[in-house]
Amino acid sequence: MAGLFRRRVSRTRRGTYAVRLPAPERELLAGLVDQLRELLEVSTDDPSVRRLFPVAYNDDPERDQEYQQLVRDELLERRLAALATVEATAAAEELDEAELTAWLTALNDLRLVLGTRLDVSEEQDDIEEDDPNAPAMAVYGYLSVLLGDVVDALADDLPPPTDPAR
Amino acid sequence: MAGPAPSPVEVDEPVDDTRTAPDAPWIVLVWNDPINLMSYVAFVLQKLFGYPKEKADRLMLQVHTEGRAVVANGPRETCELHVFRLHEHGLWATMQHDT
Repeated sequence: MAGLFRRRVSRTRRGTYAVRLPAPERELLAGLVDQLRELLEVSTDDPSVRRLFPVAYNDDPERDQEYQQLVRDELLERRLAALATVEATAAAEELDEAELTAWLTALNDLRLVLGTRLDVSEEQDDIEEDDPNAPAMAVYGYLSVLLGDVVDALADDLPPPTDPAR
Repeated sequence: MAGPAPSPVEVDEPVDDTRTAPDAPWIVLVWNDPINLMSYVAFVLQKLFGYPKEKADRLMLQVHTEGRAVVANGPRETCELHVFRLHEHGLWATMQHDT
């Protein structure tokens, strides 16, 4: 897909990652990250961000409550840390692996929140230009492409498998 | 479980069969969702579990086509850690007794 275009993110010979994004895209990203941070700081129980804190025990509410109490703060902290890293590096043309991993987390979190709000399905129909959701769908599509490039860049450099194939 | 036992005292506790088998192995399931990218899911499975790409792709496709896949198993504490890391990566993961 989009083979004519250079990937937005690629590994450099120094072991870092080059990020090729025009300024408006970086500003868009920083703005979205800022909005998500504000949502998360209000409440992790708000429907708009519930998708980021899933249920662990489907059939055992009691155990799930224990799990949520145990991990909710930690999950929130890690998400906020990733968002802070992206805000700090939104203009950077070169990222190290930890920073790009923060981008991965933040981009996926943004997609989860936006996709949930838009109620996206797997077979997305084309939407009309005058659809009130059209701008948000365009942003969602953009985040998907960018995340795909980040995944490809990081996947190229995964350590060798530790678990034998079965 | 075993035969009738004398039970003079009513214990006010919910009946929960799963708690009678604390050593039974647990499984970690990843469920299909319409948002997470297929390449992202496969990447996360490789990264968290050290699976070869082929195995991660196979599990990801199983999630996609069958709605869910067992991605790990083991004692409860281990599985809970797996679920936490999957949640950290935004995957829709749950755990339950292997039945």
